[in-house]
Amino acid sequence: MLGYLLKRLIQMLLVLWIVSLVVFLMMSFTGDPVFMIVPIDATDAEIAQARRILGLDESLPVQYWIFISSLLQGDFGQSYVFRQPAMTLILERMPATIEMVVVAMVLAVVVAIPLGVYAGANPNGRLSRMIMAGSLLGISLPGFWVGMVLIYLFAVHWGIFPSSGRGDTAEVFGLRLSLATWDGWHHIALPAITLSLGTMAILLRMTRAGMMEVARQDYMKFARAKGATRHDVLYKHGLKNALIPVVTIFGLQLGDLIAFATITETIFSWPGMGKLLIDSIYRADRPVIVVYLMLVALIFVVINFLVDIVYTLIDPRITLK
Amino acid sequence: MTTTDNTLLAVHDLRTYFHTFSGTVKAVNGVSFAIGKGEVMGLVGESGGGKSVVGFSILGLIDSPGRIMGGKILLDGEDLAQAGEDRLRQIRGREISMVFQDPMTSLNPLHTVGQQMDEVLRLHTDLDAAARRTACIEMLESVGISRAADRLGAYPHQFSGGMRQRVVIAIAMLARPRLIIADEPTTALDVTIQSQILKLMRRQIADKGASMILITHDLAVVSEMADHITVLYCGKVVERGRTRDLIETPSHPYTRGLIDSIPDPANRHARLKQIPGTVPDIRNLPQGCNFRDRCPRAQALCAEQEPELRPQNGAQWAACHYPLQPGDSA
Repeated sequence: MLGYLLKRLIQMLLVLWIVSLVVFLMMSFTGDPVFMIVPIDATDAEIAQARRILGLDESLPVQYWIFISSLLQGDFGQSYVFRQPAMTLILERMPATIEMVVVAMVLAVVVAIPLGVYAGANPNGRLSRMIMAGSLLGISLPGFWVGMVLIYLFAVHWGIFPSSGRGDTAEVFGLRLSLATWDGWHHIALPAITLSLGTMAILLRMTRAGMMEVARQDYMKFARAKGATRHDVLYKHGLKNALIPVVTIFGLQLGDLIAFATITETIFSWPGMGKLLIDSIYRADRPVIVVYLMLVALIFVVINFLVDIVYTLIDPRITLK
Repeated sequence: MTTTDNTLLAVHDLRTYFHTFSGTVKAVNGVSFAIGKGEVMGLVGESGGGKSVVGFSILGLIDSPGRIMGGKILLDGEDLAQAGEDRLRQIRGREISMVFQDPMTSLNPLHTVGQQMDEVLRLHTDLDAAARRTACIEMLESVGISRAADRLGAYPHQFSGGMRQRVVIAIAMLARPRLIIADEPTTALDVTIQSQILKLMRRQIADKGASMILITHDLAVVSEMADHITVLYCGKVVERGRTRDLIETPSHPYTRGLIDSIPDPANRHARLKQIPGTVPDIRNLPQGCNFRDRCPRAQALCAEQEPELRPQNGAQWAACHYPLQPGDSA
């Protein structure tokens, strides 16, 4: 176990280093941030000075060296635009994104698992066909369109949900959360639903496929021959055996939503970190982008690690090596 | 068929059909038999003969597109073919339990042996957790698993095939059912393990006064275990009788063929006899006797008229126009 943890840690550091390298290289090919910062009528001397202040007058390897060595000392760089530490900017906005993603993922699982089990256990039923048709819609409709339709229906037409912002927040353990207030829940509903639909559809289809596979196994019939209820046969014996691919996809989707909830956040003016990423890309705010993407890589690595742990909890035949 | 006070299960004219795209498969087509209390009945036939479907029909475990189309399954006079799902669930595991062919796949790989045993007791008894645990340990020990208390926490993959089948048998016996349906319980096991498992099953049944339907293609196995034998061919009973009579003086040429295809250890160099041909396509069976194309005794009548089950010598019944007489050679 200790060896496994050490291996994973080294793997993680390697991934982060490669990501930093790739992102740094890519950013240096995309536009010159100096022109986003200096006034339009700036003189050549002023531009050169700004370049020197930002450290952009050095060669690329030197820039990278400065970036990495300060990063190792805990300095993640300053935003060109906000003149604030990039890490602080991101962490400030993180709770907003995380809470929206958590609500979306919980919603997706709560809906997808029972419907997927049902559709897998009754593959030819009319209700199952409707569920599968619905899931196909969930996969193929783009999030931005769903978001706009929801805004049109629930905010504009019926006026029962707000269309933008986080609403009232309250402080919980030092984090400002919408989920701590009723108004916050009211605000989070539409963006969370928008965000959850795609994941819901994928998880549903994975669950159904797994259940159809498992339904053929002898131990399902043996469980029935023992006198177990249909519910127990499906959920206790069936679902657990169908869960490994579902958990895998769940992990990937979770990371994906945290990292790239950008579109949903933009549509609903949700002040999360995805929106910060988009804004930073527009402004060529290089430090924020680099730190953001490294953080995303870290999130993915950690989630994958947790998923591996969950595997071992589900299936005793899987061991961490 | 006579039904006496001693009868535990009587199956009358059972018909289980599968409605598929390519036609209706009459997997079980008018099968009748009876088992007395404490008796072992062998249900014998080739693959595809409908043996397993009989077993699943009794427990109401026929899945779509299959359906029980007719007949009675009387357990102590109660017709299981008419029973609702709730009643069947009480019966499964409690009154009638089943042992499957492949112990590698009939245990849930993600639950411990203890959990899978406990489930039966939770479903069918009022025992508390401690009493259930004690009962599980006792049962595991009685099927010959040592250190039973420790083994309750083990998963199926930590057991060998023979051990797993012992666990399956323990699960099947746990709620003290009156009837065990064993569907090829030793086919997937090593030959050396087979006789151990058979002995174990016979002892368990004798100890608890249960009855057993032993479904197998292996007449040698069944002749050691069963009190009487029912031979199925293409979903129909072709012969039925006491084990000794049926083995020594088979009336139906199919039974004779099955017996002849058992290797004889005393005559190792003789070429093994086999029944020529294969089982006909059960979706469109020919008119007349289903066995006639493979039968050495077939005559014109066999192609026209389907033989009925008729008493032969004494208590033996066979469905054949030209049954073998004692002393006949095949």
